[in-house]
Amino acid sequence: MCLTSTDSGDTRIIAVNVERIDAAMAIQFKEDMRSETEAGPQRVVLDLSQVKFIDSSGLGAIVASMKQLGGDRRLELAGLTPVVDKVFRLTRMDTVFNLFATLDEALTARQK
Amino acid sequence: MNLDTDRAGFLVTFSANDLEAREGIRAIAGQLRQQGISEERTGDVEIALAEAINNVVEHAYAGVEAGQIHVSCHLRAGRLEIRIHDRGRPMPGGDLPSGEPAEPADLPEGGFGWFLIRQLATEIKYERRGDKNLLWLRFDLPEKPDA
Repeated sequence: MCLTSTDSGDTRIIAVNVERIDAAMAIQFKEDMRSETEAGPQRVVLDLSQVKFIDSSGLGAIVASMKQLGGDRRLELAGLTPVVDKVFRLTRMDTVFNLFATLDEALTARQK
Repeated sequence: MNLDTDRAGFLVTFSANDLEAREGIRAIAGQLRQQGISEERTGDVEIALAEAINNVVEHAYAGVEAGQIHVSCHLRAGRLEIRIHDRGRPMPGGDLPSGEPAEPADLPEGGFGWFLIRQLATEIKYERRGDKNLLWLRFDLPEKPDA
């Protein structure tokens, strides 16, 4: 399991506990995301602050995780490190997700 | 995974599977940092290199017995030259994919590899030579500030 979940109000926070979401990790990541989001709050924030590297397989796994949430549930991303941020910006996938610089910002944004 | 260094650069060799590829990519990024290349530029190279190597693992060696991938890196006069070679199947059509990016609104789960490589590398060249695929990636490096 590469993920840890905690709930804060109506938000499920899922921390990614690995440094790389790459081709070797993508399938496990998707499966772990499925089990962490089977039930629980509508809003899911993925805390990426420990992730130093992502490739297009990892990006695809995050997109797949959002799709498997289904319904009105949302996946938002927090704590993007420089390389992860660059991959999202270059592919313009930053236009698909709500991105927050830090987990705190993601949680504060909800309260407004 | 095997790493050889000499004065001109270094050579990393590994088996064509996801875990070995990860170790190879990490080793190369580690060497680039040691050579004083900035964290930002190392990140660019690591993204492009990972995409190129993943393609070899997933496509060139798909359906054939997985072999070795050799990556040699040379740093010279403000540029980094990387040569990747494998003995897998040739690139479809004998040429590099154009790398049109997938459309974000379609929520694509793939199709960004060549786009990222083309965005990040300064120059890319591919050649099929005998039973080998050869891919060159060149990255221009900003001048190092004077110490």
